[in-house]
Amino acid sequence: MSDLFSKFDPLIEQREKLLESGVTDPFNLVMEGVESPTVAICNGRRTILLGTYNYMGMTFDPDVIAAGKEALDEFGSGTTGSRVLNGTYAGHRAVEGALREFYAMDHAMVFSTGYQANLGVISTIAGKDDYVVLDIDSHASIYDGCAMGNAQIVPFRHNDVDALEKRLRRIPAEAGKLVVLEGVYSMLGDIAPLKEMVAVSKAAGAMVLVDEAHSMGFIGEHGRGVAEAQGVIDEVDFIIGTFSKSVGTVGGFCVSNHPKFEILRLVCRPYVFTASLPPSVVATAATSIRKLMNGADKRAHLWENSKRLHGGLKQLGFTLGTDKPQSAIIAVIMPDLETGAAMWEALLKEGLYVNLARPPATPAGMTLLRCSLCAEHSSEQVGEILNMFAAAGRATGCI
Amino acid sequence: MNQSDETFTRVEALIEPFNKKGAAITPETRFQQDLEWDSLTVLDFVASIEDEFDILITMNMQAEIETVGQLVAAVRELSRR
Repeated sequence: MSDLFSKFDPLIEQREKLLESGVTDPFNLVMEGVESPTVAICNGRRTILLGTYNYMGMTFDPDVIAAGKEALDEFGSGTTGSRVLNGTYAGHRAVEGALREFYAMDHAMVFSTGYQANLGVISTIAGKDDYVVLDIDSHASIYDGCAMGNAQIVPFRHNDVDALEKRLRRIPAEAGKLVVLEGVYSMLGDIAPLKEMVAVSKAAGAMVLVDEAHSMGFIGEHGRGVAEAQGVIDEVDFIIGTFSKSVGTVGGFCVSNHPKFEILRLVCRPYVFTASLPPSVVATAATSIRKLMNGADKRAHLWENSKRLHGGLKQLGFTLGTDKPQSAIIAVIMPDLETGAAMWEALLKEGLYVNLARPPATPAGMTLLRCSLCAEHSSEQVGEILNMFAAAGRATGCI
Repeated sequence: MNQSDETFTRVEALIEPFNKKGAAITPETRFQQDLEWDSLTVLDFVASIEDEFDILITMNMQAEIETVGQLVAAVRELSRR
C-alpha cells in the first residue's frame, strides 16, 4: 500500500531490522517508578539514571515539591488559556521575576517549552530579508524556528569562528542579522568559543542569541551559562533557556535587555497561540530557580562527577566526544547503530540508563551513548557507573 | 551553458575532492542522487564554493539547487551582484 506514510518506509525498515535482532527498543523505555533524580525502576529493575539532563537534581527537592503542591491546591491543575488572555497567573509573573533576577536582565518571557522559546523568538525577530547565521550543529528547535520564519538562513561549520566571520562579511551591510549560537552543544557536550564568536558578530552589526539550555545552573559564576563564564553575557542580546533541565520541570524562556523586548508577547505566535504552563509547574520552576542562585556546592560536586566519569571512561578505552570534560554531558562514540543499541541494552541490564542518540539528531552520522551527570549522583554511584560501563563494554566487545 | 564555461570549470574542480564515487560531472549531475552527498559534505562543499567566488549561498537558495548546472547559474548570478 502506498500513501502519505510511504516516505517513512526506510525508517520503519531500519527499526524492524534492529528489533528483529532481539535488542530492547531503545526509544520505548518506560520508567515504572522514580525514586530520586538519579534512580528509577525500569523493567522492574532499580536503574541508575545517567541520561536525564537533570543536572542539578531539583526534581525531588522538598521546597520545590512543596511549592508545586501549594500552587496546585490554590490555583488548580491548569490555566486553560493563552498567556495573553486568561493564562497569566501570579505564578507566571513570579517565575519571570525569578528569571530576571537569576540572569540580572531587564526582561523575561516564559514559554510552554524550551522548543517553543527558540521556535517563537527566532521565527518572530528574523523576518523576510533578514539573515539568520547559525552553527550547523544547532538543535532542532533552532532549525525549526528558521523554517517557520522566512529569513535567509546561513549555516557555518560547527564552532568555527573564521567560517562565521566570513559569512557575516558577505551578508549585505544593511540587512538585519541574527547570529544563533549554543553555550553547550548537547550531542557531544562541547562548549562554543562564545567570546570570539560574540566579538565577530557584534563587529558585523549582528544581534546574538545564545541557547544556554545545557549550561544553566552550573556553568559561569552565577550559573548563567557559557556566555557568563567567558565574560560576554552583557553583549548577548537574547538568552534562551529551559526549565526541563537544571530547573527540573518543563517550560522555556527568553531573557533580554532589549528595550522593546515586551512587544514579543503580542507578536510571537508560539507564545500567543498555546496554553500557558500549569500553576504548579511555574511555582516549582520559580522555587527551583531561586535555589539555583545559591547552588555553588552542588555545582562543584557536579563538575567533580563529570571529570571523574570522563577520566574513567577514557581509561577504560572508550572514545569520547571531547578530549576534556567541558560540561555535564559526556558522549561515548559508538562505531555504528547496531553496536550502540547492543551496548545500550547491556548497560540497561547492568542497571544503567543512558541516552542512545543517532542520526539525524547527531552530527556526522554518529551513534552516541550520551551520558548526562547530576549533582545528586554520589561518588559511589559514579564508581558503580564506571563498573557497569566496563562490564557492558567487554560483553559487547566495545573495549 | 557549455562545459568549457569558466565558472563550470572552477565549480567542477571544487567538486572533485568530494567526488568519492568518481562520477562524471556534467551540468545535469545531481548532488543528492548522483553524488550521494550527505549534509556535512554539502556544508563543506558550499563553503568552498563561497570562498572561491566570495559569495553567500543561503540554505534557502541551496534548497532550489539540485544539479551542477543550477549551481553554476546561481554562482554566476551571485558573482554579478
